[in-house]
Amino acid sequence: MIIQKPRPLAIQRDAVLREAVERIRQPARRDFLRRSLTLGGLSLLTGCSLVDEDSVEVALTRVSRFNDDVQGWLFDPNRLAPTYPESMITRPFPFNAYYGEDEVRQVAEESYRLEVTGQVADKRKWTLAELRALPQADQVTRHICVEGWSAIGKWGGVPFKAFLQQVGADLGARYVGFKCADDYFTSIDMPTALHPQTLLALTYDGQPLPPKYGFPMKLRMPTKLGYKNPKHIQAIFVTNTYPGGYWEDQGYNWFGGS
Amino acid sequence: MKLPSPLIHPGWLRAMHWANALAVVVLMMSGWRIYDATEFLGFAIPKALTLGGWLGGAIQWHFAAMWVLGINGLLYLAFNLASGRLFRRFFPLSPRAFLADLRAALAGRLAHADPHRYNMVQRVAYLFVMADSVLLVLSGLVLWKSVQFPLLRELLGGYETARYLHFFAMAALAGFVAVHLVMVALVPRTLLHMVRGH
Repeated sequence: MIIQKPRPLAIQRDAVLREAVERIRQPARRDFLRRSLTLGGLSLLTGCSLVDEDSVEVALTRVSRFNDDVQGWLFDPNRLAPTYPESMITRPFPFNAYYGEDEVRQVAEESYRLEVTGQVADKRKWTLAELRALPQADQVTRHICVEGWSAIGKWGGVPFKAFLQQVGADLGARYVGFKCADDYFTSIDMPTALHPQTLLALTYDGQPLPPKYGFPMKLRMPTKLGYKNPKHIQAIFVTNTYPGGYWEDQGYNWFGGS
Repeated sequence: MKLPSPLIHPGWLRAMHWANALAVVVLMMSGWRIYDATEFLGFAIPKALTLGGWLGGAIQWHFAAMWVLGINGLLYLAFNLASGRLFRRFFPLSPRAFLADLRAALAGRLAHADPHRYNMVQRVAYLFVMADSVLLVLSGLVLWKSVQFPLLRELLGGYETARYLHFFAMAALAGFVAVHLVMVALVPRTLLHMVRGH
């Protein structure tokens, strides 16, 4: 029998530490609960002690999925979000991301290629010039943030429905997912993807999208909250498997409609 | 054998009252955490008073409790209208009697002698809180689904105005709750009435 020599303790400790740091970095679903259960006040007021924390999380998540269904049912594909005159544009339009403005990602225009995968017929990659050559549309709409502010901006680009048709996407699929150059990811329902105001935005206020607003391209949906509008999009995929999202996996409502 | 005194609050009303109380506590505390994400009125609400721990958690609590308040509120109004209780207990209103009762209340002389009858101050206060709750639900609906309820959005003055309405209606409800709790502390048997029904 070969008895393995234990590895030096220092290395083990190193590995344990590395794993711990990794866990802290990963915004896991557990985080939501850890942060949400500062319930002292509520427990005192109601006299209940929330012993089973897991069941509270499960219940809240279930209600959130129920809210997804209700919002999907309320969503009217023909109802348009209000549009505004250009004089009402919020200047400067706020910057918002899960990181600070000094960490904005710079994407190089020449090497940029948009990947389109999943349930689509045409999986070729797109250059920025090719995307700009598609028919474009403009809109001045209100961006509503889940944090409780809103701002009006002007976006221009390719109507997303036209793009999905162009690449031969399965328009009966359930989800469209997005992967971004800033490591953000999210996903939306197909009815919202096909909404006439959902735009693959290439410009802001008539100019190429500046890096802080998501160069080279963001998905702009006035029917959804801000965090559902991904910036710096690198890959789009059509799928029937629930893809989740950066904030959604931590407890933000997935449908996130407005 | 002593007969129980006649019922003051029927069972359905007591159940709804306590469900509503729980929903309002959860909605307010989680709502304050959501408010703190931007502090659009320039002040923060102390974290210790809030529920949810962070924005995502607060929103989950808020969007769960809104169903309790919404469904409970609709049932409350339906039962009150159908049973005739709304008109029996809250009407008629008389401005003169209201002023007289209000003066007496502020002087500490307003008696809660007959728990089967609300005085004018109570009638006005409870009707006010019903209307305020309806405004809270409607303005909340605009904040939640402003694109899907365009008529409601425009009636409430647009998306951003609805945010202020929602906040100030909450403040009015918080004011009501504070006075309500003080009154319960002053007349503790009203708490027994709301627990036992008589």
